[in-house]
Amino acid sequence: MITWIKGGEVIDPRSGTKRTLDIVIQKGKIERLLPPGNFSPPGDIDLKIIDASGMIVTPGLIDMHVHFREPGEEYKETIATGSQAAAAGGFTAVACMPNTNPINDSRSVTDFILERARKANLTRVYPVAAISRGLRSESLTEFGDLKQAGAVAVSDDGRPVTSSELMRRAIEYARFFNLPVISHCEDLDLSNKGVMHEGTISTRLGLRGVPAASEEIMVVREILLAKLTGYPVHIAHVSTEGSVTFIKQAKEEGILVTAETAPHYFSLDHTALTDFDTNAKMRPPLREPKDVEAIKRGLSQGVIDVIATDHAPHSPLEKDVEFDNAAFGIIGLETALPLTLALVRDGVIDLPTAIAKLSYNPASILSVKGGFIEEGKEADLTVIDLNSEYVVQKEGFKSKSHNSPFIGWKMTGRAILTMVGGRIVWESNEQRNPDS
Amino acid sequence: MYRFNHKDLLGMDQLSVNDINMILDTADAFMEISSRDIKKVPTLRGKSVVSFFYEPSTRTKASFEMAAKRLSADTLSLSATDSSMVKGETLIDTARNLQAMNPDIIILRHSSSGAPHLLARYVAAGVINAGDGMHEHPTQALLDLFTIRKKKGRIKGLRVVIIGDIAHSRVARSDIIGLRKMGADVTISGPPTMIPVDAESLGVKIVFDPAKALRSKDVIMMLRIQLERQSGIQFPSLREYSLFFGLNKELMKGAKKDVIIMHPGPINRGVEITGDVADGPFSVILDQVSNGVAIRMALLYLLIGGGRGDNLD
Repeated sequence: MITWIKGGEVIDPRSGTKRTLDIVIQKGKIERLLPPGNFSPPGDIDLKIIDASGMIVTPGLIDMHVHFREPGEEYKETIATGSQAAAAGGFTAVACMPNTNPINDSRSVTDFILERARKANLTRVYPVAAISRGLRSESLTEFGDLKQAGAVAVSDDGRPVTSSELMRRAIEYARFFNLPVISHCEDLDLSNKGVMHEGTISTRLGLRGVPAASEEIMVVREILLAKLTGYPVHIAHVSTEGSVTFIKQAKEEGILVTAETAPHYFSLDHTALTDFDTNAKMRPPLREPKDVEAIKRGLSQGVIDVIATDHAPHSPLEKDVEFDNAAFGIIGLETALPLTLALVRDGVIDLPTAIAKLSYNPASILSVKGGFIEEGKEADLTVIDLNSEYVVQKEGFKSKSHNSPFIGWKMTGRAILTMVGGRIVWESNEQRNPDS
Repeated sequence: MYRFNHKDLLGMDQLSVNDINMILDTADAFMEISSRDIKKVPTLRGKSVVSFFYEPSTRTKASFEMAAKRLSADTLSLSATDSSMVKGETLIDTARNLQAMNPDIIILRHSSSGAPHLLARYVAAGVINAGDGMHEHPTQALLDLFTIRKKKGRIKGLRVVIIGDIAHSRVARSDIIGLRKMGADVTISGPPTMIPVDAESLGVKIVFDPAKALRSKDVIMMLRIQLERQSGIQFPSLREYSLFFGLNKELMKGAKKDVIIMHPGPINRGVEITGDVADGPFSVILDQVSNGVAIRMALLYLLIGGGRGDNLD
């Protein structure tokens, strides 16, 4: 069988391609990339034509930061439902964080996650293993064994590695296995059980605040450890102006550090909490307008390499409660693309840059497949309608949870087709003439 | 024409100047009932008021109960220890169960900021916030405004200083909002560890040293130091706190001669205020308690519908 994606504008940030091309796919690989009108399919073969005229075709989007709650909290999300949400959001691959129950700190849990992902058979699922056993910041997990089992990176995400000595050794040891190290930057003492950003709104609402310095202190520590060890550290979910400043300075000095932010940190600020909305409660917390502006600057100046969702599903059991008691986190897979496209429309970043931060850059940091479009490579592709307008609805999520502050938002742009290894894993009903 | 039109009282934030004046005027009218020989009117006969205290309280709980009884409402009060909360029931489930009994008003005190807002979304009954976490305590602010107006004849243009643990105080937040709305000038004072971040955004001045802060003020409001906060992180010891931030006779020498001293209670004698000052001529601490009953009568009356055109008696 041959799949022919016809007439789409191919955007490949790595090669700089941005023009209308036909893509011919066979046996899961991109067989040919050629200008329109140049392909004549052989008559004796099954042919599927995808009309992508008026659409853009990008490398499959990669989300390097999700929480699929399996094993342990399958009532919030499973690897299958999370993969559906990912596919519907245009993602062909995700990296899932280890704070499940049990924690992914051993080969058997990594094996289990990959087995579930194979069964779900939608997006690629890359397990991230814990840095420390039980996320307790006491001793290292078996990085080598975990890597052989299929882990693509190590992180204690959800918690910082509180011991600087252990973090130093983790970075050094990861170097031997060429494993990326991802850091959740937070000084837990300084966060002091805070539930939102410390500022005018926390002062007015009487909610315990998490100061920006709680994140920045750890960002600086990780930068210094990257410098000390000479091995890269990736900073997860950057949310403050100070973090952007410190990372920028580190990059200018040639220190090996990369960084990601999440769409909510460039789309919302702490005023979203005014009505005690637990769907705006997350860690790190929504910050101030000046931080939002700094995050945008960081994206446009290349300080922040990656947009990742920190997709964190929770059920009403954790969210329809007193604000202090509500769980941290929001879902993000199905809103990340339109929120990023809004940045493009606002002139913050151009389209190829946006796509790079959602595909090529995370693929490079994690050293995983995909992230670019090239003949002979796996056909992991996303077809995007930049003009599709719709309102985010609670019932519309493929995720098992719907803890999103973006419900009711009017969005423009969505993935209409997601393809993993030549196989269509998501196709929007809106797709025009799929078989013409 | 002005009408008091609220289902709930969740915070001072939601009240207009007209609303506040209406509540204070109504409380004035109710004051007299408490001085009668038979302290009861039939105004809220057949109405039911549930008070639900997730946190310990003596004065606020007693004050609400007294207020409801003087208006002839049926009262039911629950506290955390005898509620299903200890059996793991969520606030929303408890609320739905209470609602099923169809009360007119639910009074909630809760240790989490925003809990009354959550409750109000799930019940048809009016919700009165009797103190939520570190957020607001609107009935305390209203009785403070009422007390100031009675003692000083006005609120607008007065200079008020609030001294103590502002950061953790729901009383301070509600008082600041109420006083600013009514046109008073507000200064906050206390150790920098207890002044909230970006406090100026509340429209107040900050003068850390109480000795300086209380000069030429018309009203001094002292806040209670919560002894359970004495971890040694916010301040080193009660002894040092009382030396540098407590109100005593010596400090009072710098105060105006017609100043009034307020405190939401319960007071820690010898910590934030010495006994002689608390019991002295400037103190209106017990007036606050009496006024609290009238304010809560006014609120129950207005929320249950008295503000929508019925006659007061």
